[in-house]
Amino acid sequence: MHELSICRSISDIVVRHAAGRPVRIVHVRVGALRQIVPDTLVYCWSLVSADTALAGSQLCVDSVPAAIRCIPCEHVTTLSEPLICCSRCGGHDIEVVAGEEFLITSLDLAEV
Amino acid sequence: MGRFHRHDDGHEHGQGHGHGHGHGHSDLGDHSGYRTGGERIEVLERIFDENDHTAAANRADFDSAGVTAINVMSSPGAGKTSLLAAALRILTETRVGIVEGDIETSIDADRLSGLGATISLLNTANGFGGECHLDAPMVRSALSKLDLTALDLLLIENVGNLVCPAEFSVGEHARAMVYSVTEGEEKPLKYPVMFRSADLILVNKVDLLPHLDYDIDIFFRNLRAVNPTAAVLETSTRTGRGVADFCDWLRTRCTPDPEGSAAARGDTTARSQP
Repeated sequence: MHELSICRSISDIVVRHAAGRPVRIVHVRVGALRQIVPDTLVYCWSLVSADTALAGSQLCVDSVPAAIRCIPCEHVTTLSEPLICCSRCGGHDIEVVAGEEFLITSLDLAEV
Repeated sequence: MGRFHRHDDGHEHGQGHGHGHGHGHSDLGDHSGYRTGGERIEVLERIFDENDHTAAANRADFDSAGVTAINVMSSPGAGKTSLLAAALRILTETRVGIVEGDIETSIDADRLSGLGATISLLNTANGFGGECHLDAPMVRSALSKLDLTALDLLLIENVGNLVCPAEFSVGEHARAMVYSVTEGEEKPLKYPVMFRSADLILVNKVDLLPHLDYDIDIFFRNLRAVNPTAAVLETSTRTGRGVADFCDWLRTRCTPDPEGSAAARGDTTARSQP
């Protein structure tokens, strides 16, 4: 249940970037290799933002699938399971090219 | 609450248009075709940045004091504390400090006391909201109770949990994960983030294998599918198997490498991503 403390971090960042302007939507990008449950994150956001300047704002989660690149054969595999091996040659000498993202991408401000 | 429609199609959010809908939050983003609001501002800030800044400060303190820090993680009951106690009985030549992370109680800290290590207890229920993991600011607060210059090795015993601790760097040089065979062969596939983040996997309670319907080869196949490179030791604190090897691994981590490079010891702090 680390989504609650993560929402506090998100809130701090959003407050700083919003600089007093009302926020309507917070867009976050979450890679599949993060153990973040989007529904839980959204729920925790409603708890953390309640009674603050961000109350009523919505968290919008953009999920990114995990992908790895095989270093010897250069094949890129999009992962549907957490099996970290190349789908072409079966090799384990890989680098993760997507799926570890965890960032706030943008804020939609409310009309004032 | 209704869902907002997305504007990923390049839809412009013009400022200063004059509709004045006056609608509340709950009905924003209807499909009326009206523009629904103000501008979009780009942020592109990583959510773990603050934690990672503090982790870097912790790491700098470890490095300037010449201390090697190991983050020890596992599910509850896998045997972290027993294994650390067994290691402390062997590591008599090494100056060891322990950050003992638990949600509540000093039970584990008490079990490790009297074995030569300096212990800083960190109850996450005290001022940290009962968190199920340690993060870098929590560890930083625990470091204030330790004299790092009097230590060679700092063992950070994380809260028992296979999910959350893996997400938070605390500034450690390496991660050791304790996994017990009673947890089942499939755990690496169910908790790949934790298993993937570990530099050392201690396969614990192997003395129980004769009593279990457990196939250790299946476990290793699952482990290698998510983490092909971690070091692995089979351990049992009842028989003592593997404990000396664990201590050797810790001592090797504490030995300054000839090039003085922290990266050569296995850097798990730099977990940056775009």
